[in-house]
Amino acid sequence: GTLTHGLRSQVSAALKEGRVTPTELCQRCLALIKSTKFLNAYITVAEETALKQAEESEDRYKKGQPLGILDGIPIAVKDNFNTAGIETTCASNMLKGYISPYNATVVQKLLDQGAVLLGKTNLDEFAMGSGSTDGVFGPVRNPWSYSRQYKEKSVPKSHSEDKEFNWVITGGSSGGSAAAVSSFTCFAAIGSDTGGSTRNPAAHCGVVGLKPTYGLISRHGLIPLVNSMDVPGILTRCVDDAAVLLGSLAGHDPKDSTTVQDNFKPFDLPDLTDVSKLSIGIPKEYRAPGLSSEILALWSKAADLFKNAGAKVVEVSLPHTRYSIVCYHVLCTAEVASNMARFDGLEYGHRSDTKESTESMYAATRREGFNDVVRGRILSGNYFLLKQNYEKYFVKAQKVRRLIANDFVEVFRSGVDILLTPTTLSDAAPYLEFIREDNRTRSAQDDILTQAANMAGLPAINVPTALSERGLPVGLQFIGRSFQEQQLLTVAKWFEKQVQFPTIELEEVKRHDNGVFQHQKSASFS
Amino acid sequence: QEVSVEVLDHLEHLALVDFRDSEGVERLQKAIQFADQLHEVNTDGVEPMDLVLEDRWCLYLREDDVTEGNCTKELLENAREKVEEYFVAPPGNIPLPKLEERDTFLQSS
Repeated sequence: GTLTHGLRSQVSAALKEGRVTPTELCQRCLALIKSTKFLNAYITVAEETALKQAEESEDRYKKGQPLGILDGIPIAVKDNFNTAGIETTCASNMLKGYISPYNATVVQKLLDQGAVLLGKTNLDEFAMGSGSTDGVFGPVRNPWSYSRQYKEKSVPKSHSEDKEFNWVITGGSSGGSAAAVSSFTCFAAIGSDTGGSTRNPAAHCGVVGLKPTYGLISRHGLIPLVNSMDVPGILTRCVDDAAVLLGSLAGHDPKDSTTVQDNFKPFDLPDLTDVSKLSIGIPKEYRAPGLSSEILALWSKAADLFKNAGAKVVEVSLPHTRYSIVCYHVLCTAEVASNMARFDGLEYGHRSDTKESTESMYAATRREGFNDVVRGRILSGNYFLLKQNYEKYFVKAQKVRRLIANDFVEVFRSGVDILLTPTTLSDAAPYLEFIREDNRTRSAQDDILTQAANMAGLPAINVPTALSERGLPVGLQFIGRSFQEQQLLTVAKWFEKQVQFPTIELEEVKRHDNGVFQHQKSASFS
Repeated sequence: QEVSVEVLDHLEHLALVDFRDSEGVERLQKAIQFADQLHEVNTDGVEPMDLVLEDRWCLYLREDDVTEGNCTKELLENAREKVEEYFVAPPGNIPLPKLEERDTFLQSS
């Protein structure tokens, strides 16, 4: 059926040839969103506007004038991107009811190319978290919890019909976007990535998650967390689709002065057959404490895959890796403290009824609007920014950041083209287990493999690799040189082809897709 | 090394966010402890990094030309309290009550 198609290879062609219409596609996705509501992947479903966009797209196809490959393609956007006329909440009480007056640049670009915006996806409040469990609209459920692959591995089997059973998390903070792509309710989704928020849920949900080089894609309209690290992230079902999305989103934006001014040329990905000229680096420090033996084995197998295909595979060192998470913690909380200062109830968002004074209104508004996680980070950030602490913590962290970034420069200078690392420490945890630790601890644990790429501004991508023993997705991460997305994605595509990651088998999708599942070969990798 | 009540109070004032309970304070203590690991790293002669990938590009300032605006209506739409084209705020220049008078749990600690 069409819902499980890859964007570029199949669905776009189907639209062009009239085998399916944009409105049919949109309606199917909307229906599937309804029947997978228990996943809680969407905060807002923009049904009316989506159908209208689909109709307009259909007109263009009828006239033989589609805007491009994205015309008529249903897309979902994480709810921390501004979308004109549509509520943008950041999964926080602070922004409940806030209707954006403008589109984020990435949203505008998608709409300008005819994409159909299905809705806004769920996340951790203000993108702070690694589970997509800490938003005011509740946690997002990993679609794989309901897959045949997971159910047949879990005991007892009688739980298969009970939707309340021990479902697993999506990872975060872009969990809603990852779940939406994974469950076929859209063809691609936009997330954000500050410390791994696109790659982490991509790994847990078995989808491709791309974090582009900092400065490549505009952050205008992305409600900021850490200005020096945030990037819009791309979530798709295959690497080719990620390249398509990247092509339509990258480029200088005068509204975001942190976007590079070089001309960006969209590219197609070649089908790499010869990897003998490639040098793959395996950073030894990424054998982090807590890394599951399963993932360690998979990582090793992947390295062998490259080696056996003729690539040069070398162990490398990124000596400051173990300080990366600490450094990130200080810089992140400091920038968060600054960025969250704008929420005071006066111009937008939640406003407390307190009237005694401006300050007391601000304080009450923020007490009522932010959850514990957000408040905790604001207070920590303010501590590190105090006059007596500024040099000791903030500036110190900025110096350590340079050392971390330099580690990567050195490794790439030594001749390594791409780094291969795990994306997560293990497969997705059951929700009940995950929430036993607090958010900060979890984030510190889960971000360990992903946030160094944000510190250094480098592009990185999660490629779904195999299923774990529990029947859940495990991905591996490739980190590339700055602005070398073409090389990064080419290698990722080669790897994707080698591992043949299996398609998720979901009852709901079967029902909506008019028939037989596209059965791919099971992972030849695990 | 515990954070003093004065600093905690100062933080509440600066952040306009309260610790709410002892768990909040503990969270800060843990965050500081965690951050202290930074001091193990030798950063002699290392410049702080403001902008990542700074050798590839630099921030610029654009010309001070008005390129957009006239969107008063849109900007006012999301505000709860407004009068004509003004955002309405409660009286300013009234500082938050001192620690002794405030309704914060820090009193009891």
